[in-house]
Amino acid sequence: MNTIKKLLGYVWMLMSPAIILFLVYQAYTKIGAASEAAKANTILQWVIILLIFLPITIGFFIFGKYAAQNEYGHLPESSKEIMD
Amino acid sequence: MNASNPPSKISFVIGASSVGTLIEWYDFYIFGMLATILSKQFFPADAGTAALLSTLAIFAAGFIVRPFGALVFGRLGDLIGRKHTFLLTLVIMGGSTFAIGLVPGYATIGWMAPIVVLILRLLQGLALGGEYGGAATYVAEHAPAGQRGFWTSWIQTTATLGLFLALGVIILIRSSQGVDQFSAEWGGWRYPFWISILLVGVSVLIRMRMSESPMFSKLKSEGKTSTNPLKESFGHKANFKMVLLALFGAVMGQGVVWYTGQFYAQSFIETVCKIEFVQSRNIMLIAILMATPCFVLFGWLSDKVGRKWIMLTGMLLAVITYRPIYKEFIHITDASKRTQIVDYQLTTYLTAIPIIDAVDKTKLYIKKQEDTFYKDGSIFKYTKTDTLFLKDSLYAPRPLTLINPGMIQYQSSKPFVQIEKTLGNAAFWKMIWLVFIQIVYVTMVYGPIAAFLVEMFPTKIRYTSMSLPYHIGNGVFGGLVPFLGTLIVEFTKTSANPAGDVLAGLWYPIGVATVCLVIGAIYLSNKIDKNVID
Repeated sequence: MNTIKKLLGYVWMLMSPAIILFLVYQAYTKIGAASEAAKANTILQWVIILLIFLPITIGFFIFGKYAAQNEYGHLPESSKEIMD
Repeated sequence: MNASNPPSKISFVIGASSVGTLIEWYDFYIFGMLATILSKQFFPADAGTAALLSTLAIFAAGFIVRPFGALVFGRLGDLIGRKHTFLLTLVIMGGSTFAIGLVPGYATIGWMAPIVVLILRLLQGLALGGEYGGAATYVAEHAPAGQRGFWTSWIQTTATLGLFLALGVIILIRSSQGVDQFSAEWGGWRYPFWISILLVGVSVLIRMRMSESPMFSKLKSEGKTSTNPLKESFGHKANFKMVLLALFGAVMGQGVVWYTGQFYAQSFIETVCKIEFVQSRNIMLIAILMATPCFVLFGWLSDKVGRKWIMLTGMLLAVITYRPIYKEFIHITDASKRTQIVDYQLTTYLTAIPIIDAVDKTKLYIKKQEDTFYKDGSIFKYTKTDTLFLKDSLYAPRPLTLINPGMIQYQSSKPFVQIEKTLGNAAFWKMIWLVFIQIVYVTMVYGPIAAFLVEMFPTKIRYTSMSLPYHIGNGVFGGLVPFLGTLIVEFTKTSANPAGDVLAGLWYPIGVATVCLVIGAIYLSNKIDKNVID
């Protein structure tokens, strides 16, 4: 099981930049396709989405990194393990 | 732990916490449910920048401010205590909601209206971000060991009951006033905002009688509370990795299942299936009411068999059945699947005097309604607007009978059609059943989640650590279900299929829930932490 956890960690790490690229591409095409009247609003929507998803995907990358390093091989069983 | 708490004390703790949380959800929902009226009153589309402020109010309150509120109030809750923090969030939420109901419309005070409403909406998002973690932590820290899932599940019912209350109040006022009076600048749409202050007042009085969480009090008396909860929550690798696991292995999937079952479903039956306004809300109300006890059932069950597999089973069922359920929605409301009563079709001209276009005076609109009756008791109303192009401009309106064919140059080949379907009894209950199934999934993923999150983190940084993943999972991943669902449907539109694949929007919740399911199944533990005092 620990091997699967570690291997999947690399999958999560690869998914993170893929998600960001996908979102940037969508933002670019959607803003480009928006009419002049709706352009400012569409830009604002996508800026908010990118701003909020960027740290989340970075978090997903870190999660993948931890998984690949087998940090989730053993989960803490008491708060003492977390705080130490 | 806390085994000495008598049932009456725990019931008081649950009641006081739940009522406040319910009111916060009610306050948050009424804004969304009245969005169409609010945008007309405060954010008119032709006012340019006002539309931008509207976007900010809708997007920023859910996606940015909620997680930010989780950090601000989570930190406060771990520093000064749970009781005073969630008392503060309740007052902020209630005060802003009441104040929204007092703001004059754009027509009266112009620019100030959207700006003030935006600020108040952001305050609502901030308060909501701080409320849930506090209430869940507070209840869990009072609950006896082995019953934490059961007792915290009462808090979980509030998000759904808040929606129920908001829907009920709005329907009641709207049906007692009529659409025009309800939508006027100082009309009935303001009452749900004003009612909030009464509810909040009662809840504040109840909450003031509550004592601090016993676990937090103990930490405080021993001088062991956190001095920097943010740093200890997210700066320590051992805790931060658990925050990430909570988000990607549980809350992310829970958020999309919740928002699909309660919000996407409502939007789908209204905008895609075209179910009539009151009937579509009745479908939601009845399904919610029927499914709500399942929150407590699955919370209780999670104390017996563990939290993990109940939540993941809910996600798995959602992933497998969403597309068949939504396909069935379309099937049930499809006109071609039912038998029409041929000699019972009414056509009414709604505009005896055709409307002249405001700019192009050679354009005339004629609106007519066709009521089609079906053997199963359903009535489908088609409101068709035909556009006539005249040879000469017409400046004064005249009755339809005075427009002779010689005046018409041509008629638009495509009338604008609005459909409103009222379903017969059997179809109505089938729709309720399908929504009920989805809300049962919501109860499976959401019922045990508070106990699950509380058990993941140490008491001294619990409020901060559990609030952030909760509000990212629900506010961001869940909150984006309607927006991204609509966007994905747009991708499928082609010239050959201009309507696109209306089921394609489900790929977003299905995709997120699948990733979460895999992560949860592989990385999460099913062990119940009996000792949350540490």
